[in-house]
Amino acid sequence: MSEELTQKLSELLREVTGFIYPNEVEIHWSILIVVYPYITGLVAGAFILASLVQVFNVREVQPTYRLSLLTALAFLLIAPLPLLLHLGHPERAYEIFLTPQLGSAMAVFGFVYLWYLMAVLLLEIWFEYRQNLVVWSRQEKPPMSWLHAALSLFSRDISERAVEFDHKAIRVITVIGIPSAFLLHGYVGFIFGSVKANPWWSSVLMPVVFLMSAIVSGIALVIFLYMVLTPLRGAQIDMKCLDKIASYLFYAVIVDFTLEGLDFIHRLYESEESIKILSTLVTDKLFISLWVIQILLGMLIPLAIMVAVKSLKFNDELRKLFYFVSVIMIQLGIFATRWNVVIGGQLFSKSFRGLTIYKMDVAGVEGLIVALGLLILPFIVLAILLKILPPWEATEAREGAVR
Amino acid sequence: MKIMNRRKFLKKAILFIPAVGVLRRLVGDAHGKATAEGYDPANHLYGMGIDIDKCIGCGLCIDACKNENNVPKEPFFCRTWVERYVIKKDGSVVVESIETGKEKGRQKTNEADILRSFFVPKLCNQCENPPCVQVCPVGATFATEDGVVLVDSKRCIGCRYCIQACPYGARYLHPETRTADKCTFCYHRIVKGLLPACVEVCPTQARIFGDLKSMASRLVRFKRTKRIHVLKPHLNTEPKVYYASLDGEVR
Repeated sequence: MSEELTQKLSELLREVTGFIYPNEVEIHWSILIVVYPYITGLVAGAFILASLVQVFNVREVQPTYRLSLLTALAFLLIAPLPLLLHLGHPERAYEIFLTPQLGSAMAVFGFVYLWYLMAVLLLEIWFEYRQNLVVWSRQEKPPMSWLHAALSLFSRDISERAVEFDHKAIRVITVIGIPSAFLLHGYVGFIFGSVKANPWWSSVLMPVVFLMSAIVSGIALVIFLYMVLTPLRGAQIDMKCLDKIASYLFYAVIVDFTLEGLDFIHRLYESEESIKILSTLVTDKLFISLWVIQILLGMLIPLAIMVAVKSLKFNDELRKLFYFVSVIMIQLGIFATRWNVVIGGQLFSKSFRGLTIYKMDVAGVEGLIVALGLLILPFIVLAILLKILPPWEATEAREGAVR
Repeated sequence: MKIMNRRKFLKKAILFIPAVGVLRRLVGDAHGKATAEGYDPANHLYGMGIDIDKCIGCGLCIDACKNENNVPKEPFFCRTWVERYVIKKDGSVVVESIETGKEKGRQKTNEADILRSFFVPKLCNQCENPPCVQVCPVGATFATEDGVVLVDSKRCIGCRYCIQACPYGARYLHPETRTADKCTFCYHRIVKGLLPACVEVCPTQARIFGDLKSMASRLVRFKRTKRIHVLKPHLNTEPKVYYASLDGEVR
């Protein structure tokens, strides 16, 4: 057995306050399991933003439509990695697909994930890009023409009827996609919310709170990417679009804040057996990550900024600056939300008599470096996707047509 | 024509090889169910009684368990452990595991301040409604017909969801196998008619093992004669570890 682990646990034991069950000294779900719901949340959020264009016909958001879809795909492709790396036996991960125990919320992962990837995202992206892919493959030189031809699955028909069909298909997929995106992240919340042994997790609101915070983080991410990428390729940021998305973000943050507040008040008011240890948890172990980062920096200050932007007439540059600062703070706040759920839920003993601590490794599979790598990886995937499937041309062409 | 035949043959051969593998696996699984000779799990339902008044906190059960079941010796990996409760006159409660207590340095309490004190052995409660079985994504954790919750270490993927789901902290990740591990009531012993190791070594008979389906078993008598209680009954896990003289402070 690794002496390192023993030594680490001995050190942790000395920092335990009160009484915890002996098997609770080791924190079982580490930083990787914080990264996982964070990433899937971004997927669900980005997709729901994209759906606004298709289902609710919000034309202003059109410039970010394809970007949102590709962002969702890039993050979805990486989403299983933290889970896989965290397993004691990653080589047996396929069992979850082949012999799932369907009573387990976690076993449904395989199906929800594949459904979302195959039936929703890939299909929608394919229909959205099909016309472009055909055109590109005709205009370009190999090897890009080959790649685009292959990605179009060698379809050639770009007659009006065919394109019309593409648009219809996209609408249908989006309508199916919204509940699927809800399912994808709602079920992640359910994995935590259904653990009755853990009063910090066990809440019927958990899937809903996860979902709302997912929407918040996804929208914030797309705003961030749009604001970074547009100047990079020498184009102008569409302020109408930005204002519109920012106002969606504003409402999403308000709903998210309300739900979390409800959860908090409900716990406090019911004041069950676990209330004492949970109070110690939030005032001591989670003080910085919950009150300072999640609530103050991640919610209240961005909300205040956006209220100011809405009520005062700032010029474009100032608004951009405010939006940019807000989305970064919101992103930080949502990451802290995931941290507080996953890590926070393991810091107190199920005997309700004591608290342990989590010391993150720096190196090692479950360490900080791997976690950062996993957070950077989707951006690299996105960069590749943006190269292969440039999302800008169609948007600009469409805008040109409108003008 | 000949070429076509050869191609067909190769195609079928390629399909045949994995098919045989799958069949062999299935046949192997069907045979793998054998337990001790003449043992029929349908005739048994196991449980354990803990007589708190009899436990002296010697810790022999912990050592016996670790030796019998290849449990790491360190006190952070436990199939069973013993908690020491000291309830003071001012109402405050000091709890420690006697094993980790040794490592951490025992907390001394002034004798005059003590209202009462006792030991509580803990182990997997072999729940009738086991949350760990419910959450296992691959079915590696399962309840046997004779009422014991087991882990198939060859199937467990090490996701640790069961560890999170157990309200009693009875599970840990075995550092060598990287799979979930827990008390099995020494299943390899009980199917042969032997007692679990912890029960066998207990010098005061604070642990009573038995078959709930047999009226002659000590456990059935224990349940009849003592006022018993289970841990965290509000979670509806329906434990099959029954405590006599359980103090309200014990969780």
